[in-house]
Amino acid sequence: MAEVKSLLLVGVGGQGTILASKVLCAGLVEAGYDVKMSEVHGMAQRGGSVTTQVRFGEKVYSPIIGKGQADILVSFEAMEAIRWLEFLNPKGKAVVNKYEIPSAPILMGNADYPVGVVEKVKEKVDTSVLDAGKIAEGLGNTKTMNIVLLGALVKAMDLTDIDWEKAIRENVKEKFIDINIKAFNEGMKAVS
Amino acid sequence: MKKLLTGNEAVALGAYEAGINYAAAYPGTPSTEILENIAPYKKEIIAEWAPNEKVALESAIGASVVGARSLAAMKHVGVNVAADPFFTYGYTGVNGGLVLVSADDPGCHSSQNEQDNRLYAKFAKVAMVEPSDSQECKDMVKAAVEISEKFDTLVLFRMTTRICHGKSLVSLGKREEVDMKAYEKNPQKYAAVPANARKLRVVLEDRLKKLDKFSNETDLNYFEWNDKKIGIISSGVAYQYAKDVFGDTVSYLKLGFTHPLPMEKIKKFAKEVETLYVIEELEPYIEEQIRAAGIECIGKDKIPNIGELNPDIITKALLGEERETVDYDKNIAVNRPPTLCAGCPHRGFFYELSKRKDIIVNGDIGCYGLGVAPPLSTVDTIICMGASISMAHGAQKVLNRNKEDRKVVSVIGDSTFFHTGVNSLIDTVYNRSNTVNVIMDNRITGMTGHQENPGTGYTLQGMPAKDIDIPALCKAIGVEHVRTINPLNLGESKEALNWALDLDEPSVIITRWPCALKRLSNEDKEEFGNYKGLCKVDEEICIGCRMCIKTGCPALHFNKETKKVTIDKTQCVGCEVCLQVCPTNAISKVGE
Repeated sequence: MAEVKSLLLVGVGGQGTILASKVLCAGLVEAGYDVKMSEVHGMAQRGGSVTTQVRFGEKVYSPIIGKGQADILVSFEAMEAIRWLEFLNPKGKAVVNKYEIPSAPILMGNADYPVGVVEKVKEKVDTSVLDAGKIAEGLGNTKTMNIVLLGALVKAMDLTDIDWEKAIRENVKEKFIDINIKAFNEGMKAVS
Repeated sequence: MKKLLTGNEAVALGAYEAGINYAAAYPGTPSTEILENIAPYKKEIIAEWAPNEKVALESAIGASVVGARSLAAMKHVGVNVAADPFFTYGYTGVNGGLVLVSADDPGCHSSQNEQDNRLYAKFAKVAMVEPSDSQECKDMVKAAVEISEKFDTLVLFRMTTRICHGKSLVSLGKREEVDMKAYEKNPQKYAAVPANARKLRVVLEDRLKKLDKFSNETDLNYFEWNDKKIGIISSGVAYQYAKDVFGDTVSYLKLGFTHPLPMEKIKKFAKEVETLYVIEELEPYIEEQIRAAGIECIGKDKIPNIGELNPDIITKALLGEERETVDYDKNIAVNRPPTLCAGCPHRGFFYELSKRKDIIVNGDIGCYGLGVAPPLSTVDTIICMGASISMAHGAQKVLNRNKEDRKVVSVIGDSTFFHTGVNSLIDTVYNRSNTVNVIMDNRITGMTGHQENPGTGYTLQGMPAKDIDIPALCKAIGVEHVRTINPLNLGESKEALNWALDLDEPSVIITRWPCALKRLSNEDKEEFGNYKGLCKVDEEICIGCRMCIKTGCPALHFNKETKKVTIDKTQCVGCEVCLQVCPTNAISKVGE
């Protein structure tokens, strides 16, 4: 079953990982893959660490993965990349957003936001770093950060043959379609 | 046509296609979206939020008795609340088919325990199905309704978090419209007085024999023959994990109908394979019955019964293999625990409550459970829905007898109060306690993602409804000291606590302010206003005392270098709790 690919999207509750994975899954289904997706709702969403797992291939059984199994780790927030790095296959790729969101112990001044997390990930695995927050801000809507990261994922996983514009059109509110398509393209450009 | 659906969406679609007429639930992760997705079928299905799971199941039983196909959905611990009708309707049998969906939460993602509700099917002697993906979720609702009607039994439909919230492809079908069955008065069947119950008990055993035969015949339990050195018996999401690990290199007995277990099929399978593995999440439900039948197998001696499974755990347990991982120091990532949101109305009241030292605070199930966490660290206990008020009562009674001065305070949300808290408050008044009971009325069911409840003025399907007058209800119960306050006003909160803690009789403080994330109704806007503006720190005046940080608001950030606090304007909603706490008036409201 080597042909099944596993994607892990991680971030902080409220960052839009759910919408990004919805668009991602729609594109993969349209392209004819068997797809399974898993995410956790409820308590963790209140500002906690959140993950979405997407697996696709000819036939997918388990909706979730174990440590060392993800082909790509897309981290919507810098420190989350470190938290979930052990789930990445050491030969896999990481896409890390430089964006930092301090967690409660840091906000209270009881801990410091770790220095150089992005560099630490880079030392260990093949990593693309982008500043999706800045890119989204440049487009005029910071909330499109999630779709910028989706574009980066698509480029890094070489899934560019799929009709992503269609997937965005069908899953995003009408007035946000154009800006999200732009965000997606900017995200693709940000990964070499 | 195929669609990518969560298990919960697929159950809703299954309910629609299977001709369900009536569905009721109380929200609870991971089950909540089942009813939310049934709600749009307004023409075909009556769908309702009930105040608790017992009421939800009883309403569904009522609809079933008069001949409608019915469904009740709840999280695993909700079945504990509904256990009373569940067991007895297991005796009487049904008229219209009845499906009880139990959504278990292995790993306690959003729950207080991880009980394995498959044991309930055996305990109550009812039929059980277990889907392993979204397609099966949809198909098995139909199968369950048919089994229910054919064998005259309630069917337990057992899901788990990964089935509920995992998405996979589902083929869409059409609704089968089924006429309601005729209702005939039949107290011998439906009135479980002892004389009837004793007879129904015999019928129940006979029914189980028929279900046993069915279990061995149905396609819901099937063989997948491959190499016979290893054979695996599995059900639910664990089956998917097993397939992920072993693929087509071993044989399977995949179980979809798991009570009663198909022992003849199991015996046949065990005879054919050299080594038998039983792969199941949580308790050794299948394994124990297999062993009791004298069949050797490998199961919980190797596979943990604590927490969720995944393919890795199975690989490690059965094959002794581990995948290579990146070697690094994971500990540099600082914890990211969930917190009360910026602007959460619970924060102000909790802040005042946290300053009281000589009290015990019994908490309840909901967002306000986050009052356990620092810096507020207010709540002492959380056990189950509605327990805060009754636990406080019991605690206060024995403390009083022991002549201790300590007061006991309970905190409970609006929806949880309607769930079972109201019964507890009756106890408090009836048995002459003197606890302080705080009903944190944020005008919605918060933690599960904003469901309407009997206090919000709207139904599941968006129809206007009577909203319960909580102060009037408390007074009707016999509480003579009832106050409603704005919990974001610290002075008001403090004063109300002073007042209540001094009373020798039970009191109720209702903290009434909408959840910061709530989409306000017209009534809300009228009552609370469309409050605007943000709080801002004047860094010239801020002395870095961190008093505001002690409120635990995630919009506030103490900068260790500048020794000043800043407020994240994307998160702040201008609730003004920090502003009231600041001793130097460094925080002001802007943009009102």
